[in-house]
Amino acid sequence: MADANNFDVIVVGGGPGGYVCAIRAAQLGLKTAVVERDKLGGICLNWGCIPTKALLRSSEIWHLMHRLNEFGFSGENFKFDLAKIVARSRAVSKQLSDGIGFLMKKHKVTVIAGEATLAGKGKLSVTKDGKATDYAAKNIVLATGARARTLPGLEPDGKLVWTYREAMVPETFPKSLLVVGSGAIGIEFASFYRTLGAEVTVVEVLDRVLPVEDEEISALAAKAFAKQGMKLKTGTTVTELKKGADNVTATLKDKAGKTEQVTVDRVILAMGIVGNVENIGLEQAGVKVEKTHVVVGKYGETGVDGVWAIGDLAGPPWLAHKAMHEGVIVAEKIAGVKGVHPLNTTNVPGCTYCWPQVASVGLTEAKAKESGRKIKVGKFPFIGNGKAIALGEPEGLIKTVFDAETGELLGVHMIGAEVTELIQGYVVAKTGELTDKELAHTIFPHPTLSEMMHEAVLAADGAALHI
Amino acid sequence: MATNILMPALSPTMEEGKLAKWLVKEGDTVKSGTILAEIETDKATMEFEAVDEGIIGKILVPEGSEGVKVNAPIAVLLEEGESADAVPAAKPDIPAAMKDIGDAVKAEANKPAVAPAPQPVAAAKAPAPQPVAAAKAPAPAEDGKRIFASPLARRIAASKGIDLASLSGSGPRGRIVKADVESAKPAAARPAAAAPAAAGGAGIPGVAPLPDARLLYPEGSYEEIPHDSMRKAIAKRLTSAKTLIPHYYLTVDCNLDALMAVREKMNAAAPKGKDKAPAYKLSVNDFIVKASAMALVKHPEVNASWTDTAILRHKNADVGVAVALDFGLITPIVFKAETKGLVQISNEIKELAARAREKKLKPSEYEGGGFSVSNLGMFGIKNFTSIINPPQSCIIAVGAGEERPIVKDGKIEVATVMTVTMSADHRVVDGSTGARFLSTLKQFIEEPASMLL
Repeated sequence: MADANNFDVIVVGGGPGGYVCAIRAAQLGLKTAVVERDKLGGICLNWGCIPTKALLRSSEIWHLMHRLNEFGFSGENFKFDLAKIVARSRAVSKQLSDGIGFLMKKHKVTVIAGEATLAGKGKLSVTKDGKATDYAAKNIVLATGARARTLPGLEPDGKLVWTYREAMVPETFPKSLLVVGSGAIGIEFASFYRTLGAEVTVVEVLDRVLPVEDEEISALAAKAFAKQGMKLKTGTTVTELKKGADNVTATLKDKAGKTEQVTVDRVILAMGIVGNVENIGLEQAGVKVEKTHVVVGKYGETGVDGVWAIGDLAGPPWLAHKAMHEGVIVAEKIAGVKGVHPLNTTNVPGCTYCWPQVASVGLTEAKAKESGRKIKVGKFPFIGNGKAIALGEPEGLIKTVFDAETGELLGVHMIGAEVTELIQGYVVAKTGELTDKELAHTIFPHPTLSEMMHEAVLAADGAALHI
Repeated sequence: MATNILMPALSPTMEEGKLAKWLVKEGDTVKSGTILAEIETDKATMEFEAVDEGIIGKILVPEGSEGVKVNAPIAVLLEEGESADAVPAAKPDIPAAMKDIGDAVKAEANKPAVAPAPQPVAAAKAPAPQPVAAAKAPAPAEDGKRIFASPLARRIAASKGIDLASLSGSGPRGRIVKADVESAKPAAARPAAAAPAAAGGAGIPGVAPLPDARLLYPEGSYEEIPHDSMRKAIAKRLTSAKTLIPHYYLTVDCNLDALMAVREKMNAAAPKGKDKAPAYKLSVNDFIVKASAMALVKHPEVNASWTDTAILRHKNADVGVAVALDFGLITPIVFKAETKGLVQISNEIKELAARAREKKLKPSEYEGGGFSVSNLGMFGIKNFTSIINPPQSCIIAVGAGEERPIVKDGKIEVATVMTVTMSADHRVVDGSTGARFLSTLKQFIEEPASMLL
């Protein structure tokens, strides 16, 4: 085989897990390639995390424009141009995707366009436009990501029934919207469209919105969303979607079995994701698949010599930063770096960029209690923070959960302005195994929202100063 | 495929051992059951058998190597047809392997060269190695070398009584993290044993804690008697005393003939009250307490306490008397015993002992003191040694007065003889000082009348 087609590492998939893995492998002196069938940056950068943040920024500005009076400005007859909002979002994605291309060049990572299939030990076949090319690699890292989950009867059609992909690039603004699923993806779209004025109904099969978050935070989020005019239907399923010419009539069924019908312009399906395990030759290679993800060891090893898996493909939590970290771990394992540590999922933060924002890390209060530990909980509301008041963002809460005996920080749950930017402080503390004492002794700058992080720690001992 | 033969764990608590002797050599064919080597722990030497068959390709740890960690590769076993050259395993020089863990090496280097006895039995039989090892290898905290551990790991270690110096860290640059401390918890295997994670040695820098004894006995083969506060206090005080005070011992025999005669006369002369009970009944121990007080007056350097900056020489002879209780022991003090007569001393001791049995002593009645007397003569004990009762510096262990043949003026005679062994804190009382004191004490006991001089 030509030397040009022979690598130390080939990463299959150029999303956040894949491209980061490739960069790290290249940094460690490995001859590396990354195979991508679409655009570098994957869903995250092109159809997920990044473009939605651009959209949500627009809706945030729209929201603030309607509060101009409060801040001493005046203005009226505000309009938004949907095409421009979408165009900006796409431009942001393109800029960053191009940036990944540049990073690949900088680190001398070969980018192979096409779809890859495992083709025997250390071999990979990449098909592009019907033409297959063979590659060899001592190590193959699978990072093919995931896609939206669909259920029978709840299939997207790209026109009236959307997934995140269509919801990201609307041509017309839907006056009414049904969002199926209240996880991060569903709630972010619900928040975006509601803020811009759509009638939004969110259906959640579980008994609360943002069901992976702490119950108290879920409840506060639900209250805030309801106040914004969002209709939340928890404990409810969608049994039928009946498409009209330019609308959809959905049949909703609650826990008691009561049904109702709602007619909306568009439906967004956000019922979770499934791993892209198909057409990469997993079965023939002997890679074990469970449900829709590849079964891996704690360092991403699949059990098949020289084949690794990371990111969404390797199972939850389905988060870009988790995938990136796994990419680094696998690259370092391959390079034989000493002292590589497996990923600790309880230290992986989660952020939802709805309005108000939600961020968390570690165990919820309920989970911490279930673990049988004696716990102590500290809470601090935004209303007690000077910066929050000055910003005009007095609503929100930070909640800390500690092991009462060891002072271990078990979990933190936040809702309110900018909490997605605050959570990292607690993640650092958790990763470094700081206890309540070190956090209490940390000096937080005044006036900042971060002071609430300090107060929420002090509150766990009944020692919060500003409440 | 070539496989590594690993250092076996011969007991649940074994962490490392000595590869005493190889019984096979490179190139030997072995089968399951072949004795490969003799492995020595601090308790025993045991034979180590092969589990698989094959050829000894390479011996990685030479015989006589000490401190070989459990599960470290000690040899390579080849399958038929494999050559020793194909052996991939690097020579597992244990200290070298430790370098990978970065700073953990420093912590490791500070561990005592002699592994502390991991079993209470062994500790009782051979108490010497622990304090000696600890003294030779000062703890990292003391010599200024820092142990890298996360705050959470430190806190859990402190609450479980785990010595961080005994752990190697798995965190970044060998930092000790929560997982390391939790996996070090010896009681982890048995939830019932959650409370006392370590049986002793906790907190003594450089000394690994003793493992929980429960790990060494089958469940149900013992009854658990939870510690009461006195048991905890005894354990804490005496462990500190025996570990931290450099004890040495002096033994002397005392002829009690004269004392017995005086005592008989005095007791016979005791006035009787209305109920015909004598006003006092002097015991041999009362004489010993008085003699000790008088000897302390003559040798004030023994009546002293150690502090880091000075020796405190006490002005009164406050003599503690060990009193055995059903639930432990306590040492109430006869204050200013040098100023008190035998009858007063005797009655005071009786009264203190009675209140001790009812747990009604005030701390001021048993804390402090300058000297102690422990007497097991009533149980027929001939000779024993006591643990110093801090902050005091000396304690005498008094055996039974018994008829023994003695040589007097070249002739064998029978006399009532009692053996007294003094434990002394060498920081305060040097050998000759202790010996002079004991000689005076012997004189006062043998000739009670000389106390009047």
